[in-house]
Amino acid sequence: MGSTRHKKPESENRQVRQRSDEHVFPKARVRPQIFPYLLVLPALLFELLVHIFPMLVGVGVSFLELTQFYVRNWSAAPFVGFRNYLDGLDPSGPIGGALAQSFLITFAYTVLVVGGSWVLGISAAMLVNSEFRGRRWFRALFLIPYALPVYVAVIAWSFLLQQNNGAMNTLLVDNLHLLKERPFWLIGNNAFWSVVMTSLWRSWPFAFLMLLAGLQSIPAELYEAASIDGASRWRRFRTITLPLLRPVNLVLLLVLFLWTFNEFNAPYVLFGQAPPATADLLSLHIYVNSFVDWNFGLGAAMSVLLLLFLLVVSVVYIRVLRVGGEGDA
Amino acid sequence: MREDRTFKIVRVAGLAFFTLITLFPLYTVVISSIKPLADVRSTFHWVPSRITFAPYADIWSTIPLARYFMNSLLISLGATAISVFVAILAAYAISRYRFSGRGVFSLTVLSTQMFPGILFLLPLFVIYVNLERAIGIQLYGSYAGLIITYLTFALPFSIWMLVGYFDSIPRELEQAAMVDGTTALGALFRVLVPVSMPGIVAVAIFAFMTAWGEVLFASVLTDDATRTLAVGLRNYAIQSNVYWNQLMAAAIVVSIPVVAGFLALQRYLVQGIAAGGVKG
Repeated sequence: MGSTRHKKPESENRQVRQRSDEHVFPKARVRPQIFPYLLVLPALLFELLVHIFPMLVGVGVSFLELTQFYVRNWSAAPFVGFRNYLDGLDPSGPIGGALAQSFLITFAYTVLVVGGSWVLGISAAMLVNSEFRGRRWFRALFLIPYALPVYVAVIAWSFLLQQNNGAMNTLLVDNLHLLKERPFWLIGNNAFWSVVMTSLWRSWPFAFLMLLAGLQSIPAELYEAASIDGASRWRRFRTITLPLLRPVNLVLLLVLFLWTFNEFNAPYVLFGQAPPATADLLSLHIYVNSFVDWNFGLGAAMSVLLLLFLLVVSVVYIRVLRVGGEGDA
Repeated sequence: MREDRTFKIVRVAGLAFFTLITLFPLYTVVISSIKPLADVRSTFHWVPSRITFAPYADIWSTIPLARYFMNSLLISLGATAISVFVAILAAYAISRYRFSGRGVFSLTVLSTQMFPGILFLLPLFVIYVNLERAIGIQLYGSYAGLIITYLTFALPFSIWMLVGYFDSIPRELEQAAMVDGTTALGALFRVLVPVSMPGIVAVAIFAFMTAWGEVLFASVLTDDATRTLAVGLRNYAIQSNVYWNQLMAAAIVVSIPVVAGFLALQRYLVQGIAAGGVKG
């Protein structure tokens, strides 16, 4: 999909190259096969070692009953076919029921975090898009949550969400008097909102950064022309800004979706290895099944299901919305 | 563009809103890092009763913070340097050559971005352990293992962004150099790389931040000697009581390198995204 994003320049480039190749790319013509492959080889090797090969091993493990009895001796783990998958996909069983629950929670969490990030990102980007005094400072300030290491951002939230000594309860109960009792944020039903807030605080600046870059590439003359024609601010946003931001939005939403759906750090640092039921996000759910309950086969099967889901969503998204033009993939 | 009064009022209100939500957690961290331990254990107050900088001195002895810091620095710098170099090579091939398998390669590399880390964490651990047994290269618990792991995390985004960046640079520049007898690699590093610096810097920032902040793999692939900050900071909370003031002080100390670097170089990041990725 990355390869054809530049349909037009590419075909122009190709013409230029065909004309000049004979003189200027002699090496590439003599050994046209080898040189580009040598260039991508290091990237390919690293990807094979760290991603592709382990993933294949993971898929293999998902067909084994790899529990704590077999951790030290993998080859002895019995082959169980699709049983791990059937357990995971059966919503009436205990394993499948918990997985379905976790999936729904993750889905709601993803919708809120991605949607919220986009709304906050575009609002802030519109506010700092035009020139005013101190603009640079606001832009830098808004980017800080994204620049922080993930675990620092989450540790900060885990502190301010403490029930007895956290800043959130001081703000809501003692200062604003919105609540009478000091609620628990990190256990019970509120845990879901805690992980949403934490993730949203960290991820909206990324949307802001991408959207601001997109906004700055829209020529100001377009807005001036529309202004002269008497178009309202809202109308200019709908007819100029949104359509021209479409390429940015398509990529941004997909990337945010994938990151958020796979999010592990926020729930792990907030809740540790025993997340409250309402904040049992998929990555952590799988982690607990694999590394706490020592059922690697089941955990691997769940990961494969997650991967398939993300793959289907991404492919449908790319096809339906035609991300990257015609597409050769 | 005409700036009407309504918009100015909306802008002031909006900027105030965003400033507040951004500063609320940051202020909490900063103010708590200079409070005595008794204060951070009782009800939170916006203004400290007593200011102390002792937490900033104590963080180094409560846990081996300096060692974690050095580990994180070595691993992140190593991963960044190698991943940028590898990404430049791959992006150059994709941007400048038409070879069979090019589309498949780009798609495969990009799709690794969506692999759930949890799926390949355990197999990776097993592969590292077995590689050590088979060929004697220590990967589990070593810097090399984590460097290799982290550099691949940044690769998909780096390659994708650099391809976009290289595509936006006219070939005539390199061709002129090649007419003068430079090889393709020479043209890449002497001509293309210097003019692509904003994009490369953006990619490097991204790679460094990815490595500096990673938690999941660090928790499994490091041992006591190679533990990184992401895992090590938890030790302020593992002892029977949580040293919240020290934890906040340490959080600030470990954030300074990345936040300062990020803010200093953020205009490259915006330029890089604008010229590379975002163009569509």
